[in-house]
Amino acid sequence: MIIPENLLYTREHEWAKINGDKAIMGITDFAQSSLGDITFIDLPKPGVKVRQSEWCATVESVKAASDVYAPLSGEVLKANMELADHPELVNKSAYETGWFAEIKCSDLGEKNKLMNSAQYKEYVQGLSK
Amino acid sequence: MLAETPLVNKHKELSAKLAPFGGWLMPIQYSGIIEEHNWVRKSAGLFDICHMGEFMIQADLAKSNLGNLVTIDLGGMPPGACRYGFMLNEQAGIIDDLLVYRIAAVEWMVVVNAATTDGDFAYLKKYLTGAITLKNVSQSLGKLDLQGPLSVDVLEELAGPGIRQLRYYTFGYFELLGEKIIISRTGYTGELGYELYMPNSRIGQLWEKLLSDERVKPIGLGARDTLRLEMGYSLYGQDIDKNTTPLEAGLGYFVDWNKEFIGKAGLLKQKQNGAFRRMICFAADSRRSPRHNYRIVYKGREAGAVTSGSFSPSIGTGIGMGYVGSEIAIGEQIVLSEGAISIKAKVTDKPFYKNGSVKLKYR
Repeated sequence: MIIPENLLYTREHEWAKINGDKAIMGITDFAQSSLGDITFIDLPKPGVKVRQSEWCATVESVKAASDVYAPLSGEVLKANMELADHPELVNKSAYETGWFAEIKCSDLGEKNKLMNSAQYKEYVQGLSK
Repeated sequence: MLAETPLVNKHKELSAKLAPFGGWLMPIQYSGIIEEHNWVRKSAGLFDICHMGEFMIQADLAKSNLGNLVTIDLGGMPPGACRYGFMLNEQAGIIDDLLVYRIAAVEWMVVVNAATTDGDFAYLKKYLTGAITLKNVSQSLGKLDLQGPLSVDVLEELAGPGIRQLRYYTFGYFELLGEKIIISRTGYTGELGYELYMPNSRIGQLWEKLLSDERVKPIGLGARDTLRLEMGYSLYGQDIDKNTTPLEAGLGYFVDWNKEFIGKAGLLKQKQNGAFRRMICFAADSRRSPRHNYRIVYKGREAGAVTSGSFSPSIGTGIGMGYVGSEIAIGEQIVLSEGAISIKAKVTDKPFYKNGSVKLKYR
């Protein structure tokens, strides 16, 4: 299970990488592994406003469709259009080429509600017990 | 409490994802559903199907009512033939879909779904009359499916050249690992393939032996589902059940109207009336997958619901099946929706995947 140290995490298995007032987001390695082969991703469109912990994308695997929630509030600046034809990038590289969207954060104080890597690791270990 | 097949530890050794299916703890995937799916389409895949039920029956058709319990003509089957058919209730609802093997003139094997095994056995015990012995051997008889275009080459090395004589929907006894076992040329994937019936005590050895061939990989129920759906095969409990009839499911081909069977009156009434819901197949315009219970919308109106849906690895789009109130012609546009999800799709014929090796003639 890959859990990079420099990212923040949600209980719903999204990650965020904060850089200034912007954040890149995606789903975690644990999430992609649990979902299995990802076949389609409905990404948020640039310009759309998302709110922390609220729906922002849908991930479809062979077995199911799952909701993805925004780790932070803000306006979507970019979405990873590579995923339209290659959703399997999320399986191959959940934290790098499999990123979902970039958000211009409206309230960076929200990051206090996210877990750091050590907390997320403990959280995930607790789930598999 | 979930039942486990004799191979559960082998699945764990292979790091399979295990999940409940029909009351059993079954392997859903090993390396990944799409990779496994594609492997079966091009090579040979091995499935643990020990969860399914098998009954051994001794019955003379002339001196018992066995023939009336199923929708197919058993008398017309020569020994060595298999047939697919249904057991119906009085209202023509499907109690189960099953395979009948005629072993000898008065000897039969019936193969049924896992979740329905106990109910089917009780039903047969209740309704069978005449000179009959009925035995549930599900606990002691295991089953492996070997499916894929190369399955004949793999099996020939173990079972001998006689395996090439098996035509589609026939079976024979073959010696494997010193046991004489039934192998039928049947399956649920759309590929050339076989179902092997081996006592549970030896099934682990057979599993290992088949997997030692590099052309063979283990395949989970996840890929089994996408493979069968690409063929438009129904899954009991999802596409068909006690509340659906063979006519509604588009499976009238497996009903012989020239014989008596339980449920015939109800089915005949439905046939004559003509107004009943129908199973349709559809392919999405995109990679989005319809899912169980998504609404089927036609010309702006709700027309029915999806029973099975998935991404099709072979075709690259979402595909599915579902019931609609009245027939919608092939080529018509429909929408499959659930909440904010709305998927454009087109009604199609089946199978979705047309290049399967299932009816391949041997070289």
